[in-house]
Parts: sequence; structure tokens; C-alpha cells
Amino acid sequence: MTVRIEVGYRAGVQDPRGLATLDTIRSFLGIPATNVRSFDVYLVDAALSEQEAEAVRRHVTDPVTQRSALDRLAPEPFDFVIAVGFRPGVTDAVGKSALALVRDLLARPLEPQAAVYTSRLYFVSGVDRQQATAISEGLLANALIERFEIADRDQYLASPPDTSVPAIRTSHVPSVQSIDLSGDDEALVRISRERILSLGLDEMRAIRDFFARPEVTARRAQLSLTRDPTDVELECLAQTWSEHCKHKIFNATIEYREPGREPVTFTSLFKTHIRDATERIRQQQLEQRGSSWLVSVFHDNAGVVAFDDAVHVVYKVETHNSPSALDPYGGAMTGIVGVNRDPFGTGLGADLLYNVWGYCFADPHHDGPVPRGLMHPRRIRDGVHRGVIEGGNQSGIPYGRGWEIFDERFLGKPLVFCGTVGRMPVTSAGRPTHTKAARPGDRIVMCGGRIGKDGIHGATFSSAGLDESSPVQAVQIGDPITQKKMFDFLLEAREQGLYDAITDNGAGGLSSSVGELCTSSGGARLDLSRAPLKYAGLDPWEILISEAQERMTLAVAPDKLPALLRLAQRREVEATDLGEFTDSGELLVTYGDRTVASLPLDFLHEGLPALHLTATWSPPLHPDPVLPPDLDHGALLEALLRNPNLASNEKKSRHYDHEVKGLTVVRPFVGASNDMPSDASVFLVRHGSREGVVLSEGINPFLSDIDTRWMTASVIDEAVRKAVGAGGRLDHMAGLDNYCWPDPVRSDKTPDGEYKLAQLVRSTAALSEFCQAYGVPCISGKDSMKNDSTMGGVKISIPPTLLFSVVAKIEEVTLAVTMDVKQPGALVYLLGVTRDELGASALYRHLGAIGTSVPRLDPSETIPLYQAVQRAIREQLLESCHAPTRGGLAVALARTAMGGELGIDVDLDLDPHARALDTAAALFAESNGRFVVTLAPDKSAAFEACLAGCAFARIGTVTAARSLRVRHGSALSIDADLRRLKAAWKETLDAV
Amino acid sequence: MPSELESARTQVRTLVVTGLGLNCEEETAQGFRMCGAHVDLVHLGDLLDDPRGRRLSDYHILSLVGGFAFGDHIAAGVVYANRLRYRALDSLLRFVDDGGLVLGICNGFQTMVKLGLVPALDGRYATQQATLAANDRLGYRDAWITVRAEPRSPCVWTRGFDLMDLPSRHGEGKFIAESPEVLARIEAEHLVALRYVDDRGQPTQAWPANPSGSTNAIAGICDPSGRLLGLMPHPDAFLYGFSHPSWPRRKLRGSLPAQGDGVRIFQNGVDHVARKLSGSRETV
Repeated sequence: MTVRIEVGYRAGVQDPRGLATLDTIRSFLGIPATNVRSFDVYLVDAALSEQEAEAVRRHVTDPVTQRSALDRLAPEPFDFVIAVGFRPGVTDAVGKSALALVRDLLARPLEPQAAVYTSRLYFVSGVDRQQATAISEGLLANALIERFEIADRDQYLASPPDTSVPAIRTSHVPSVQSIDLSGDDEALVRISRERILSLGLDEMRAIRDFFARPEVTARRAQLSLTRDPTDVELECLAQTWSEHCKHKIFNATIEYREPGREPVTFTSLFKTHIRDATERIRQQQLEQRGSSWLVSVFHDNAGVVAFDDAVHVVYKVETHNSPSALDPYGGAMTGIVGVNRDPFGTGLGADLLYNVWGYCFADPHHDGPVPRGLMHPRRIRDGVHRGVIEGGNQSGIPYGRGWEIFDERFLGKPLVFCGTVGRMPVTSAGRPTHTKAARPGDRIVMCGGRIGKDGIHGATFSSAGLDESSPVQAVQIGDPITQKKMFDFLLEAREQGLYDAITDNGAGGLSSSVGELCTSSGGARLDLSRAPLKYAGLDPWEILISEAQERMTLAVAPDKLPALLRLAQRREVEATDLGEFTDSGELLVTYGDRTVASLPLDFLHEGLPALHLTATWSPPLHPDPVLPPDLDHGALLEALLRNPNLASNEKKSRHYDHEVKGLTVVRPFVGASNDMPSDASVFLVRHGSREGVVLSEGINPFLSDIDTRWMTASVIDEAVRKAVGAGGRLDHMAGLDNYCWPDPVRSDKTPDGEYKLAQLVRSTAALSEFCQAYGVPCISGKDSMKNDSTMGGVKISIPPTLLFSVVAKIEEVTLAVTMDVKQPGALVYLLGVTRDELGASALYRHLGAIGTSVPRLDPSETIPLYQAVQRAIREQLLESCHAPTRGGLAVALARTAMGGELGIDVDLDLDPHARALDTAAALFAESNGRFVVTLAPDKSAAFEACLAGCAFARIGTVTAARSLRVRHGSALSIDADLRRLKAAWKETLDAV
Repeated sequence: MPSELESARTQVRTLVVTGLGLNCEEETAQGFRMCGAHVDLVHLGDLLDDPRGRRLSDYHILSLVGGFAFGDHIAAGVVYANRLRYRALDSLLRFVDDGGLVLGICNGFQTMVKLGLVPALDGRYATQQATLAANDRLGYRDAWITVRAEPRSPCVWTRGFDLMDLPSRHGEGKFIAESPEVLARIEAEHLVALRYVDDRGQPTQAWPANPSGSTNAIAGICDPSGRLLGLMPHPDAFLYGFSHPSWPRRKLRGSLPAQGDGVRIFQNGVDHVARKLSGSRETV
């Protein structure tokens, strides 16, 4: 029996969701609806008495503001009603909580399959059926995960209330297939494509050849396995060997060609340019100070660095691009709750402290066509924000950094970066927390959520471009509360020493988590029939590779198992013993008594044939624009501040918590009215200490249009400079590299693959060079290499994008300096060298050009300056410190003044470098290595003493009048009202 | 030598309930500890059935912390309040009856209102008499606001200060009384402990100073005894001088205190108990 309960607001009580929906229908879809009211619907699928049903109804209804009814609640007048509910199998977190309420309320056992399903009704006035359909498809329901029905008033009232539930009821009997690989190359490629394995021909051949080996055949006969691989084995190999998991392009052997130079061969960009650079920095630290603060880098789920005697700091940033393109809300939410599991699955697990997010979208104001199969960027942006807001807030983790970049090339695939900083005790239960090892005999315990078909083929699918055949089940919906309960339980278990190793179930599901953990013991025997399922009917291969969310895998010593399971039960977390870690040398998978996979670990992890690729660089030619002599620099500044790339995104950002845990010191927004983005954020790491961390980042995909080498140098410099300017220590600063690239492998689909690969080589070489120069080691990173979309016959590739994130230590958090000016009369200094570097700048792009003069970087010039700024901060000489980045000096001056709600009056002719430039370059060049700082006049002598040997100029003063006056070339170039500029700067993204 | 009050503070036993989606336990515990109190963090599951035998009656102060218990699904605090109602109501009522203090912050306030711990007119402690509804502007929002302590309120937690800046971080904080009569009695009995005020210090209905459109600018409500307080903004996030967004300006002016204003609320509760324990006369 199913009980249907409808809940709505009482007449006269505001319906905020209805009002917000109405607003979006009108402003985004342009449909002149006149009213929207919404109802919540609960379908309780359990045998309840009438009294019980009535009690449940009462308890899900707010007695003050709401009304409700069993079956149907009488709506107010409307034209069309739209019913939106989940498709079968989609996570319904609200339903789960409602079931907990029902159980508490009834205090009697319910049948095991009892469930609550939620859905919504929207009663819309002022629309016709076509408009109601447009509202459903364009706003209220995502067909991948939700279904909707539309009825007019007469139809609705004449039809019986719908009590059908989206339960998965299948008669499918789980089975295991053998896959015949004896066919020709074409057949192998077809198998890979049809099963979404994303394996290349070489890889398919390697698998075929492996299974043909006599010793393998003999072993399989012993186990009663077919000669051919089973679907379980093939799928497991495909997950393990996916680009997502094995980083094949970063590990490929690459021949790099450049005109006029001998070709160079790199064996693995990861090893030569990233890992080796970090190792050299570690050696440098050991030589210079006798110790290194690098604790655990690259081999675990996140990087670990030393912080103080008690705790280490853990950091990881991930991307979740493809899922966010298909289901922005669910994809982005799993992006944030997924990356939470990385620090949590590092060593024996870290407490989670702060999140970071950053997104690359097409302009939400986009009014051109959107290729079929893609969503409008405004809808993607709204959904992504909502997903990360809810995921982060419900997990109780504040955000530390947030940013957005807009470019039309992100129309095909948005980039959704999510990261998490954690803190781990140096030791827990008497053991070092940063290491872990499953031991032979340890039990394989999976805990958290259950397994369903959600997220099958996520890893292999994200290793391919997006097209119309992309699998819908690759989308998962997060359930942050299930995960939060699991984390609370696991922290207790960690402190009690109840497990030996932990890792998350992310890409590849159990195949990856067990496959990775068992390398330390030397093997595993896993019984898939024991795995808890959301619903029956999953084949063993699906259980093995499902990426259903909120799951961690543990290695538990047999004598600790009872205590662990007991604690799990008390904390309302499901934990299941799925088998045993062994030292047999193989991953043996059974389904009950039947063996369904036998994969030697050396083949699973080392059998992947190396990729050989060619990269060919040719510098692009984008003519420099000829600037008209009568440029209105004030108007240009206002136009740049209105550009979404430089405009305020505070409206969305305020929906993210940034204070929970009570550790926040410098927020993502600072200034007199707390509305200006900070250069870097500062947090305590724990209560009772005044040491903290500084977080910042650099990103500038626009520079890739000229040269990814200087793009990379610039984003490293941006991140480092912003952190130093806020008070972070350059000698205790670690970096994370997150690469998002268009497919860099030449093929019919990607004829320019060699160029894109050359862009990658130039970028990683620069990463190595400049990280070493700054002594900022990469401790973790990730690459996402197939950010192309072919939808409706249109191929869209993203510009090569590198996010460089840093975390630095600050000894005393109140030494931190923010970017906003503080007092009239303060002196304004420009530090560093401004050059004629307008290439790919915000100004050039505003004028429709790219140009050639990309900003460069000379660490021998910047490092002494950064050390000088550090000294000045330690001596508390600075009132404000701001790093000019995109938009150049003019935007930086405007921001620092707007932040302090004061004015600035400067003469750039006082700076010898700026004086020598055209006014446009002096104002808008995006040269690296610069700061704008302000300080009290009585500090100037001490400050200038700090700066001995560095390029600097005192260029003016902070004024009480709220205007920005900039002189250059003996003329007043900008004389702008800062109130007006600030309004312009806020308007663009406040409107969407 | 610690004063009598200082040593009495260490005898104040505070229970911070954790788990099921709550997430402000660390900073709330830190706030009470900064005031000298003894704090235990206990998972709700252990409070209902503790293997170590701890009970609510062992404590002087119960702290219901912020967070997203059960994801705030259905409505904020509802599923959690329901669990307390059906599994812990007797011990809660006994705790209140025995003179215990309760501080509910944000999600804790939502839980208290839905459980009926505040305003509890006529001492009806398990009857919901008001609600905290969705903010007029839909969605969670994090921004600092200013509250004013109502001097005539019997609330023991909000004494000794007039204005206080605190972060407001919620999506459902609009206080609505069950009826105009209930609202009138809440006002007549001075159960409004805290109100949102504008930059002139006057109660306001205007966003963003009043983040939710809350009736009569209500930010916090107590019960008639004054020992039970629920409030939407977070004193637990203003433990240090440098927690305030304006700390760099305050530092420049030479007025950056080590301790944040939020601690005063915890201190009021701890000292209320400590004075009783030390037998000294309570000063109001």
C-alpha cells in the first residue's frame, strides 16, 4: 500500500520556492507566468494503518505555515500543474530522511523494503501548455534523472492521485558473460566502444594476448573460469586502465618537436616534470635546513605536508566536468562530496577543514544557439552552484576560495574544480596517520552508502569526449548526510585504531578501491554477493565498478572487526565484510561460490602498454591590434569591470558557508563592506593555536591562446604572489596542479592533437621550471584530458586550462594583510615591473584581439621582491597588499580602492617602467610579479629599506574622496567615481 | 589563586550533542571551554543509549549545535526534533525541570522550536508554538549581521551586552508565531532575547540586516525561565577577535581584542551555573 501526502503553504503564507521559480521562469526563460505555488509530495511505500498515515502526514507538515492532505491537497487556482519526480534508482536523500522520521514516529518495525519517495508539484498560472513544457524541460526537470508530467486544471482534477512509486523492480537474474576477444582489430575496437571501455586497440590487444598465455589459461581452468575474460575482468581492467585512473597521456612517451630544434623525447611528463621537480625541491630542503616538510606526496589520494608538531595538512583538488555537463546539480554535488573523500581516504584519514571551488562556464548571458544535447550555460551555472552549495554546507565544511571564469569555449563542457583541505593528527591510536597498509588476513570492509547502477562507467566515460551516446547512468547524485554520518563514524574508528587502511570508492568503485589497497598486502579475495545493494538485479561487473557515492573501503584486522561493526551500527552507518586481503598476488573476485575474476596484480597494474605520442609546437600568430589614439581609459576600465570575468560573483558565493568550524580569519570576501574578493584566504588549522594556512590560486586559460609555457608561469606566479601578499611563507608553500585539456591525441576527431600535446609539454616543462625556481613543490594533482564535446554535429574544445592552487603557512594569523585600502593619507606603492604585455589580456579580449605579447616571468626578479614583501608583512608595515592580475593595474587600483570604500590618486609617471609605456599598456598590461600596497607615511622609510634592490615606486596616496584618479603621460587618464564603478562591477552577475 | 567563580566554572558540566549531520560541535565545545567549563561531546546515539552510562541528567548545560541534522530534509530540524520527541522527551523534560540550561544555535534553535522547547508559553515544553520558516529570500546565506540583546528579557544567556555582531548562516530562520496571540504573549513576557538591528541599532525588517524577514526582527527566543535560549546567528563562530570580518581595521585602530564577542554568550550560561554551584548570590 502506498500513502500519498501532499504539503503546501497556507493561503497568505509566502512560498519562497514558488516565488524563486516564478522569478527564474520570467527572467531566464522569458515566459510571462503570473504565479507559481509548489507542493511537496511524499509517497510512503509501507503498510500503514489509517491512523499511522495520518500521523505521518501531521509530522511532515509545519503546523504554523503549511497545510496538507492525504492523497490530494486542493490547489489554489492555476492553469497548468507540473509534477516532477525522480526516475527509478536515482538517490532520494529527502526520502531517506523521511523514512527515518516514519520509523521514529511509529516505533515499530517496518517491512524491509519500506521506502519514502519524494516529488514536487508546481502549479503555474499565466502559461499555455507549450510554455508549461518549456518550463518543465528548461528549468524544473532534468530528463536524465527526473521525469515530469503536465496537466491542465481540468485534466488534473479529473485524474486520480498518482500513487505509483519509482522503485526498481526487476526480474533480471544476475549473470556473468565471457567476452570473446578472438576477433580482428575491428572487433576489438567495437567491443571497447560498445561496452564504453574507452580502451584503445593496443590495450585491447594486450588484454587478448594476456588471456592467451598458457599459464593464465591453466590457472583459469583451476578456478573453473572460461578461457576468455569474463565481463567482470574486462570491466575491471578498463576501469583500472582508464585515462582517469592511470593518466596514460601524462605517462606516455612523447616526442616533442619544435621548429628549428632537435626533437626531444620525454618518458612520462608526470615523472619528469612533476614528481621529479618535487623530489628535487625535497632534496633542496634537506640540504638547506636538514629536514623537509613534504610528508606524503603523489602516491595517496591527496598530498600531505607537515604543519606543526600535532597535525599535518592534507590537500586535494579534483574536477567533475562531464557529469556536471549532463546533470549540473548532481554532477557538481558529487564533485564536492567526492573530493571530500580524497583527504578522508589519505593515510588513515583526515578531518576535513575547508573546501575550494572554481568553475569555467560559457557566459550565463549567452544568447546564441546552444548545440542540441547541451544545456544553456546559465542553467549549468545555477545547477553547479546549487550542487556544491548544498554538498559543502550539508557536510559542514566552509569554503575558502571560489572563482569563476567565462569563455564561449566552455559551452561544450564546463570545468568544475572542487578541492578540500584536511588536517590529520601526526599520530592516531599510536600510529603515524599519513601511512597505511592492508595486511594479509585483513578483512575488506565497505561502509557508507549502498551500491546501485548509478555512476557505472564514470571513469571510462570521463576518459572520453562528450557526445550523444554518453551514458545516463554515469551521473550520480550525492547524499551528503549519509557521507557525513560515515565520516563521523570513521573518525571515531580511526582514533580507536580499528582499521589498517582506508581509501575511497570514487572512479571505478570497488575495482579501484580494493585494487589499490590490495597492492600493499599483495592480493585480495572479494565476494560481490555480500555487497549491499540499493535494489536487486545488478550483475557482478556492475557491483564491482559502480561509482555509487558515499562509500569508503577499509582494511580491518579480524580481531578488530566486531568492534568496528558494532560502532558502525551505533552510528547508523552500514558496514559490510566483503572478503579478505591476501598475499596471493592476484585480485580474486567471487560471486557467492563462483569465481568470476582472477587478475594477477602485476598485469592489472603494470600490464598497460605505454602510449607513444608525438607533439609538435608551432607558435600561433595573432596580430597585435592597433589601438586607436583616443581610447577613453576610464570607460574601458568600467567595461572591464562589467565583464563577467572580472565582475563580482558575490551573490552566488554568499550561499556557501565560509564560517562553519569557527576557524576563518581572512574570508573569500573582504573590505569595508566585505564585498571584494580577497587575494588569498587565511584560516586557523585548529582551535587554540594562532598559526594558520593561506590559500590562493592562479588560473588564466586565455594566455594559452598564445603560449601555454607563459600561461603556466603566470598562474604559478599569480597563486604564489597572492599568498605571499597575504602573509603566507614562500618557504612553506605547497602547490597543486589541476590540468584540464582538450584531447591532445591526434586522431580523425582531433587533427590538431599534436599541437595540443605540444601545449601540454610546454606547460608541464614550465611547471617544473617555475615550481623549482620558487621552491613550491607540487604535492598532488589531477588531469582531465578529454574536455571536448561533439553535440548536434558541433565540436567544442576548451582552451588548455591549468589551475594552480597553493597552501602556505602563516605563523601568526593576525599578521595577514588584506587587499583593501584602509585609511586616507596612506601612501600607494607599485612594486615590480610593468611591461608592454597586453597579449591575451582582458583589454585585448574586450577589443576582440589576442595579440602576441604574453606576460612573462623572471623569478630572479620576483623572488627578492616577494622576500622583501614578506619582511614588510612580518614587521607589520603594510595596511593593504593587492596583486594585480587579469585587468592589470587599472583594475587592481579600482578594486583595492573599492574594497576600502576610499579613493586613490596616483601618477604612473612616477614609476620609471610604467612611464616608458603607452598608457594602455601602463594601465592594462597583465605583467606578473607586481603588487599594489598602501602604508602609513611614517612606515615608508622602513618599507623602502626592505625593498632595497627591488623595483618599486611610490605613486600616490589614498584619498577620502571616493574617486580613482590615475595620471600617465602627463595627462589624467582615469578620473572615475568609484561608487559608480562598484555598481557597474556588481550589476553583471547580480542580474543572473 | 583562582577565584571562587573561576574554580566553580570548571565544575560546570556541558554536553554538546553530535552526529546525524550536525557540524558545529568543535567550535561550540571550544566556546564553552574558553569559559572554563567542562565539555563532553556525545553522539546522539550514545545519549539515547550510552555504553558508558552517561545521561543527560549528569550535565548542567545542554548545547544543541548548528548543522544540517538529517540534511534539513522535510524542514530544518524536523526529523531531528522528531527523534528527540519519540526517544528522549522524558529525560529532556526532566532536565529542564531540574533547572538545566539549553543553548540551541541555528539548527539547534530550529530543533528547539519544532520540539517546543521555546517559547514554551505556560510551561508547555513539548508543544510547538511557532516555527522557523524559509527565509523570504530563498536559500542559505552567510553574512554578518548585528543583534541587540533585549534588556527586559529573562534570558540568562544574553546579559551584559547591548549590540553584538555575529554571522548569520541559514536558509530557514524566519520566526513565525502560531498566532497573533502567541506573538503578543511572547512580546509581553519579553521572551525575545535577541533582535536583528540596522546600522542605527534599531530592530529592522529590511534585508540584509534582517536576513530572513523574521517577525519583529526576532533572532533569538527564550523560554519563560530564561534558561533555554535558541538563536539563529552563530556566537560559536566569533570566538576570537580576529574572527570578525573587520579585524584588520580594528587592529589598525589598536582595538583588536583576543577574545571574540560570541564568547560572552557562553560565559553567561557557564557563570549562571557556576554562581549557583559556588553558592554565591547571582548578580543580574
